[in-house]
Amino acid sequence: MAAVQWRSRERNYEAELQRCRPEAAPIEFGDYHPLKPIMVTDSKTRRGTRKGSTSSSSSSSSSAPPDPLSSMLDGTDPLSMFAAASASQPAAAAVSHSSSMGDLGRKRREKEEEAVGPDFEPWSMKRGEILARFTTTEKLSINLCMGSDKGKALGPGSSAVSEKVRTRLEELDDLEEGSQKELLNLSQQDYANRIEELNQSLKEAWASDQKVKALKIVIQCSKLLSDTAVIQFYPSKFVLITDILDTFGRLVYDRIWSMCSDPRPLPESFTVEDVNDTAKETCLNWFFKIASIRELLPRLYVEAAILKCNRFLSRTGIQETLPRLTAMIRGIGDPLVAAYARAYLCRVGVEVAPHLKDSLNRNFFDLLATFRQIGGESVQNLLVVQRVEVPEYLTLYSPAINWILQCIAYRAPEVLLTEMMDRCKTMANNALLLNSIMRAFRPEFVAARATDFIGMIKDCDESGFPKHLLFGSLGRSLACADPPESERLSILNEAWKVITKVRSPQDYIGCAEVWVEFTCRHFTKREVNTVLADIIKHLTPDRAFEDAYPQLQSVIRRILTYFHDFSVLFSMERFLPFLDMFQKDGVRVEVCKSIMEVFIKHQVELTRDPVILNAMLHICKTMHDSVNSLTLEDEKRSLALLIVGFMRTVSFGRDFEQQLSFCVEARATFCNLEPVLVQLVHTVNQLAMETRRVMRGSHSRKTAAFVRACAAYSFITIPSLSSIFTRLNLYLLSGQVALANQCLSQADAFLKAAVSVLPEVPHSISIEGKLRSSESFLLDFINNFLATLLVVPDHPEHGVLYLVRGLLNIVQDYTWEENTDAKVRVYLSALPLLAAMSQETFLYSIPKVDSNETLYGGDPKFLSEINKLCETLIGQILDHLKALARDEQSARRQSALAFSLFGVLLAHGDLRNNKLSQLAVNLWNLSHKQGLSDTRLSVRTLEHVKHQAQQPGMAHLSEAAQRLSLQTRT
Amino acid sequence: MSVSLDIKLKRANKVYHEGETVAGVVMLSCKEAMQHHGISLSMEGIVNLQLSSKSVGVFEAFYNSVKPIQLINSNIEVAKAGKVPGGKTEIPFEFPLHTKGNKVLYETYHGVFVNIQYSLRCDLKRSLLAKDLSRTCEFIVHCQPQKSKVVPTPVNFTITPDTLQNTRESSLPKFLIRGHLDATNCVISQPLTGEVVVENSEVPIKSIELQLVRVETCGCAEGYARDATEIQNIQIAEGDVCHGLSIPIYMVFPRLFTCPTLETTNFKVEFEINVVIVLHDDHLITENFPLKLCRV
Repeated sequence: MAAVQWRSRERNYEAELQRCRPEAAPIEFGDYHPLKPIMVTDSKTRRGTRKGSTSSSSSSSSSAPPDPLSSMLDGTDPLSMFAAASASQPAAAAVSHSSSMGDLGRKRREKEEEAVGPDFEPWSMKRGEILARFTTTEKLSINLCMGSDKGKALGPGSSAVSEKVRTRLEELDDLEEGSQKELLNLSQQDYANRIEELNQSLKEAWASDQKVKALKIVIQCSKLLSDTAVIQFYPSKFVLITDILDTFGRLVYDRIWSMCSDPRPLPESFTVEDVNDTAKETCLNWFFKIASIRELLPRLYVEAAILKCNRFLSRTGIQETLPRLTAMIRGIGDPLVAAYARAYLCRVGVEVAPHLKDSLNRNFFDLLATFRQIGGESVQNLLVVQRVEVPEYLTLYSPAINWILQCIAYRAPEVLLTEMMDRCKTMANNALLLNSIMRAFRPEFVAARATDFIGMIKDCDESGFPKHLLFGSLGRSLACADPPESERLSILNEAWKVITKVRSPQDYIGCAEVWVEFTCRHFTKREVNTVLADIIKHLTPDRAFEDAYPQLQSVIRRILTYFHDFSVLFSMERFLPFLDMFQKDGVRVEVCKSIMEVFIKHQVELTRDPVILNAMLHICKTMHDSVNSLTLEDEKRSLALLIVGFMRTVSFGRDFEQQLSFCVEARATFCNLEPVLVQLVHTVNQLAMETRRVMRGSHSRKTAAFVRACAAYSFITIPSLSSIFTRLNLYLLSGQVALANQCLSQADAFLKAAVSVLPEVPHSISIEGKLRSSESFLLDFINNFLATLLVVPDHPEHGVLYLVRGLLNIVQDYTWEENTDAKVRVYLSALPLLAAMSQETFLYSIPKVDSNETLYGGDPKFLSEINKLCETLIGQILDHLKALARDEQSARRQSALAFSLFGVLLAHGDLRNNKLSQLAVNLWNLSHKQGLSDTRLSVRTLEHVKHQAQQPGMAHLSEAAQRLSLQTRT
Repeated sequence: MSVSLDIKLKRANKVYHEGETVAGVVMLSCKEAMQHHGISLSMEGIVNLQLSSKSVGVFEAFYNSVKPIQLINSNIEVAKAGKVPGGKTEIPFEFPLHTKGNKVLYETYHGVFVNIQYSLRCDLKRSLLAKDLSRTCEFIVHCQPQKSKVVPTPVNFTITPDTLQNTRESSLPKFLIRGHLDATNCVISQPLTGEVVVENSEVPIKSIELQLVRVETCGCAEGYARDATEIQNIQIAEGDVCHGLSIPIYMVFPRLFTCPTLETTNFKVEFEINVVIVLHDDHLITENFPLKLCRV
């Protein structure tokens, strides 16, 4: 095809805009809002609306405009309807409650008592804690003998067999009747595993209908609880074995339950009358069987385990059994075993019959009655044999006594608690009880008497229960409830006097950690600072902090919960030194992150406080420096996000130079985290624009130098980024900013840099871990870039349209992916630019920047340059179209491209030129040749052409329009 | 061809009293229809007495077994010879529990030398080729409740080294153990209760146990044999219990192995309880209390 002669259509942007306006906006602006509802003044629908939406919206009177969103919906908003429904239910319930207060008051009270609310900390929460706390490295043994003592048949000869072999051989034995097992030398983990195996075999035995075997397993297991060898492990052993008992209790209960489920399952609140004879008989059998267990402890535990089954036999069964079992525990000689048996009974009791408080109290009083045994001779002998210190021994009681007291204290009246406390006071060596009281009673109760408690703790025997634990428990209560205001300071002083004397760093930090909360809650930074100083003093020797990272972290967490003002926080002298104690990398970063998170959340206003900035920079630097080649992407991202969050809160107000120098410093500090660098470039660009705004567009010499400095900053920061599109976009953006600030050579440099980077764009880039073609991104960028080029004046030393040519050359040389039209699409979008450039006045310009319109002033030479360029481009496009014609598959692409070019010609070409108009008609035909074009689009285009033709000076189009034929679909 | 025969009593606990009717069903299940020569049901109540080898010598014990005493015996035919259809067949029956003459139905009791047992036996006769089937089912008889009221009389006891008889050693450690049983004339369906308090003890306590003992006496030509054997032993305290604190005594009388104290012309069944205290140096201290059980 011969070269086409290009003439750009002359545009009168003003007039075009004027023409568009009245058509598009026939409505008065003051009235119109796209979100405003179409006002339907149909009273019927309105009423419907009001009926439907029950809640707040109904209260709005008709004078107020209805909520545009809710009124769009017909009547009821489905979401608010649900909300209203669910809200009305409890309300209704409340109403019925209050109305029934009179006659049903008693019933309700019962129900209230019965229900153990969610505020009752269940056993399952304690379980893990106990297992983690009471551990041992000593070897344990399990001795199980099922039924008869056949195990003794092992002759004396067998002793020659090594212990290990014997254990193995016995492991091979099943839990058959008569087999005896003695497993020695078990580690704690082995022990737990064995118990779990027993749990499994219990379930299996049950499932295979071997009820007797199941019972035997349970009996043997509970027998293990009378063994106090390796006493440090006893609490954990208790936890493991009572798990089995719970399983057993559940199995028996469910079995009997299911016996009654014919013809329909028992209701949850069944009575004895609902239970059939067979079930009763079975239940009775269990109780008779258990009553004949020889040993005390198994009989007690197993009966407690199936306590719930009493419901099948009589209404008052549980009520009668609990006191009996409570009394039975008196027969247990070992105080620790007895205490745990009580804990188990309370646990079952609270679960099965929470309203029966008496036996709980009974249990506790019995415990007090036998309390003197703890110091008794038998216990002392035991401790000597096992080489356990008294303080350690006493802590073994804590879980059991805590639990018993927790059960008692739950929703108990104040009077009872006071009575309990007074009883404990009178006991000798009561530190253990004191500790449990502080742990189990309501924090409010403890807090109100905090001073008393401190006095009592002080009076305690040094050699008894560890004092740091006592203070720890007190601190825990005070962290949840407030003591009287006047006493707070003396409480802190008194407590800290003791805490600071705790020698072992581990014990110390365990206690101090708790008290930090109290300090933060009620005191100022001065006191907190003192506390921090004390902690540092205790933990620095011998690098004791290395073993206390979790506690130290929790200290930081507690401080951060209460101190949100970072200027106060960082003005604490000891805060940063405290942070320095975190010397393990992972922990250090973790702590920094937690501080940053709180900072970002609570530091709302911008800051220039040097204290905050220094400290935060230090923290951010710590995080940044933790990044290495092994750091995960996610981790990097989250760190960068936090640092960026910090950057955003920094503002030096009008002191722009200071801000820039801060950015310089930050760039040096955070060079490894790209998102931070990107943010810095944005910050600096924003700074430049801010300067421009302050100067109202005209820079003084000083500000001009400053904005150039900003540009320089961006210019040298951008190349260090690895993501190519980030670089490109930042170049473009910075170029635009430079241009806006009249830094022409800088803008030139940015844009040139962008053009020179273009050839490096890879074909595919990774987005969220997936490889994607970069083409669309590249096209977007180039279009954006082209739009900017309109206002960029030509460099006086380079030729006309230096940048446009440069870009087009790059596009020409770029190795595009095969089988795409990207290159041609670029050419297509370059055409409108060139057309815009050939106008007398440009569509847009930048204030105080002379663009080419003023430089060339419509010089014919310039115009002919543009036209030449256009002709080359069109030539290229047409060549491409021709190439496409060869291929059947690419027909669709050809059609689309041809139509695009037609559009460009129509919009930007001067169609009075015959050749151009002929070309346009040809392109139209080409795009319709295969019948692949979008017919609707064609119809609309044709209408547009006809419409255009009616405009003044566009009459020539009507002739062209006649030649454009629409193809009917065949 | 598998046939199963079973007797199912109406009452789940299988407990009946004199004068009541033992009711239930004979359950037959077979895959195909089956020919039989009649199904019969018999009820029998019997007292088995055995002499212990200890009191009369091994051979006498073997040969001189006292003749069993029949308390009740009756027979009914459930079904005449015929055919039973395949599947499950239930044939209901009823037996009145009446004695002949002036015989008394003693309460069911399983002991060592005395056994009182009641059973139903179902026989299914078949042709020569197939084996006869039979099934027995024990049921339990409780004797008529006692008319007179039982007034519990508490029994106190104090054990010190001085109160003990049959001490072999002279040097016993010092101790003082007090306690009481709420009653020695007990209702069999209610537990034995009481308290024991270790006031003081030089040597730590190892264990406190309750031992339930039956004393069975059989009369025979040569006189009579009286034997005491343990029924069960229940530990009520383990380890060095707290001094001065009362420990509950509590024992449920096991079913079948206990019955109301029984005295007849031919045999006697009596019960005793021992409170056994084991000291840590394995000294065994026992205090014996005869019981009188009854049913109300």
